[in-house]
Amino acid sequence: MSVRTLRIDGRDVASADGATVLEAARDAGVAIPTLCHLEGLSPVAACRLCLVEIEGSGKLQPACITPVSEGLVVHTATPRLREIRRTVIELLFTEGNHVCAVCVANGHCELQDRAVEVGMDHARLPYRFPDRPVDLSHPRFGLDHNRCILCSRCVRVCDEVEGAHVWDVAWRGEHCRIIAGLDQPWGTVDACTDCGKCVMVCPTGALFHKGDSEGEKHEDPSRLAALQRARHSRQEAP
Amino acid sequence: MTRTILIDPVTRIEGHAKISIHLDAGGAVTGAHFHVGEFRGFEAFCVGRPFSEMAAITARICGICPVSHLLAAAKTGDQLLVVTIPPAAERLRRLMNLAQIIQSHALSFFHLSSPDFLLGWDSDPAQRNVFGLIAADPELARGGIRLRQFGQAVIERLGGRKIHPAWAVPGGVRSPLQPDDRDWIRSRLAEAVATTRGALDLFKRLLDGPLAAEAAVFGDFPSLFMGLVGPDGRWEHYGGHLRLIDSTGALVTAELPADGLSAEQLGGLLAEAVDPSTYLKFPYYKPLGPEAGSYRVGPLARLNVCERIGHEQADRELLELRQRGGRVVTSSFLYHLARLIEILAALEAIEALLDDPALCDTHVRAHAAVNAREAVGVSEAPRGTLFHHYRVDSDGLIEAVNLIIATGQNNRAMNRTITQIARQYIQAGPAFAGVPEIAEGLLNRVEAGIRCFDPCLSCSTHAAGQMPLHVQLIGPEGELLRERWRD
Repeated sequence: MSVRTLRIDGRDVASADGATVLEAARDAGVAIPTLCHLEGLSPVAACRLCLVEIEGSGKLQPACITPVSEGLVVHTATPRLREIRRTVIELLFTEGNHVCAVCVANGHCELQDRAVEVGMDHARLPYRFPDRPVDLSHPRFGLDHNRCILCSRCVRVCDEVEGAHVWDVAWRGEHCRIIAGLDQPWGTVDACTDCGKCVMVCPTGALFHKGDSEGEKHEDPSRLAALQRARHSRQEAP
Repeated sequence: MTRTILIDPVTRIEGHAKISIHLDAGGAVTGAHFHVGEFRGFEAFCVGRPFSEMAAITARICGICPVSHLLAAAKTGDQLLVVTIPPAAERLRRLMNLAQIIQSHALSFFHLSSPDFLLGWDSDPAQRNVFGLIAADPELARGGIRLRQFGQAVIERLGGRKIHPAWAVPGGVRSPLQPDDRDWIRSRLAEAVATTRGALDLFKRLLDGPLAAEAAVFGDFPSLFMGLVGPDGRWEHYGGHLRLIDSTGALVTAELPADGLSAEQLGGLLAEAVDPSTYLKFPYYKPLGPEAGSYRVGPLARLNVCERIGHEQADRELLELRQRGGRVVTSSFLYHLARLIEILAALEAIEALLDDPALCDTHVRAHAAVNAREAVGVSEAPRGTLFHHYRVDSDGLIEAVNLIIATGQNNRAMNRTITQIARQYIQAGPAFAGVPEIAEGLLNRVEAGIRCFDPCLSCSTHAAGQMPLHVQLIGPEGELLRERWRD
């Protein structure tokens, strides 16, 4: 395995060839905030929270899909990046209807945690208050489009891990939303195995266990990586 | 020439409101009206939400008594699931409601109303508040603050936080009571009882002396009274039966079960009138119409509808109350005394609950899917009977919500009370012919008439805040004759 050396925030870092800047940074103890990224799923660079500055490149690059290369000089926490990250979080909050006080994920929400990390004490943008539905047609789970940030983790886990491919992203712009099956009520989609992995990886309260009240959703999305490692080791065993 | 005096906003109540007093050409009071000018729209924006979220959403209506909405919403949810909740869950919900009654009544009596009684109706308004009380009677103030703190601490130990604990859920409660917390509650009971007994003795002395005049004119009139009663007509705050009596004590209609009350039964019992001058609705007993069907709820109503409380010390006080005011007490000023008696009753009820071995059982939640499409949940909030009525679709999404709030049910009684006080203290005569000064102490009495009912306007308009006083004297053509502000 060849090794690439690069500089992240002034520190020399050695990383395996093929690793991403995000992986190299995290291995070196440099925290870069993410939302759509989840270990165990393919990266899609949708949320733009992990944007970094790379010297010599005029464009900001998402760390989750940018491969390391020899001599790369990366900055992860410049004032410009901090401002962009806060704005990304504010855009997410003002675009949907995120009411932490009554949300099932209150206290266990990655969007809420990121908002605290980027110092979003208020939104500088106007709230849109879109009119969005809740789908409770599934016997065990619910989908609240008001709380969805379109990270597509549910789409990827269902397709890449469970193999059922219940979820897709439909429409464009402000109308963009997660759909089940052929845009039908979730409870009517035969492909769904009721496994609940989509609920487990959802970073907010958009996907939840039916009947949950405020703050009752206590999921741990990092379990996905552990699950996959366990499966992998079983497959590898003679 | 007619004139209007406005008290805007009313102080030391929970929420924003104003009072208008209408005078005829001779300066005599023709009527007084309580206006709540805030609109919050909970009944509208809950539509489309899962019913399982209603407890957490409606608890946010109010920071004073979130537990009331929590319980009414959870009870409505029980009915939608069609489950019987585990015995420990019912006991724990009762425990939290009793703690809520204690903290809310302590706030009303010690923090909001006692400055009038102890510092004087005409004392300096800058001192006539809980800080003035601390300066004048630190012992009483400390006791009252600690009593409220006790109620809040019980709520926190049960639900994880003092305000807005999303702990009661359809099917039961989210977590059991730990034996350590039960023992802590027991360790604080004796002090709470002593504080309440002290306040009762003090207030009864004042009623026999300096406050005797107020008791006679602060809203003393016949009306219907509504509240929950338990088995054998015992004092109740959570379940049992809904009882409506007139001021002779006679039943107005057959008692209805509080749990399982159908939407049809509720619709046959109560209707809500609206008035363009206020966002606070006027519920009334439907068969008798808006005037004759107006009724009072809350501490005094609960003590009027019950036969007895069922706890020794509180029953002695109830007997004394009835010796003072009759079998059915009609003076709204005695809501204050009823509140203190209810604190005592709640403390005794908590003591009895703590001795129940089932209280700390860990099975506290029943699970089910939606099995009914429409349900009504009833419980007694500190201010009176609270109704939540939901209709849901087959998946459990809310299609319609109606909340009937204690303060609304006392709306007409509050208007009658302030009219009675204004007639007594605003004298007809030439003083008003020359655009007079408005005596602050007089307006304070009018406001105090409202405080008897301990209205919570955030709940009642499903509306909060700083309450300076704005008084306007308005001439017949609408011209502003005189204006007075109190910050």
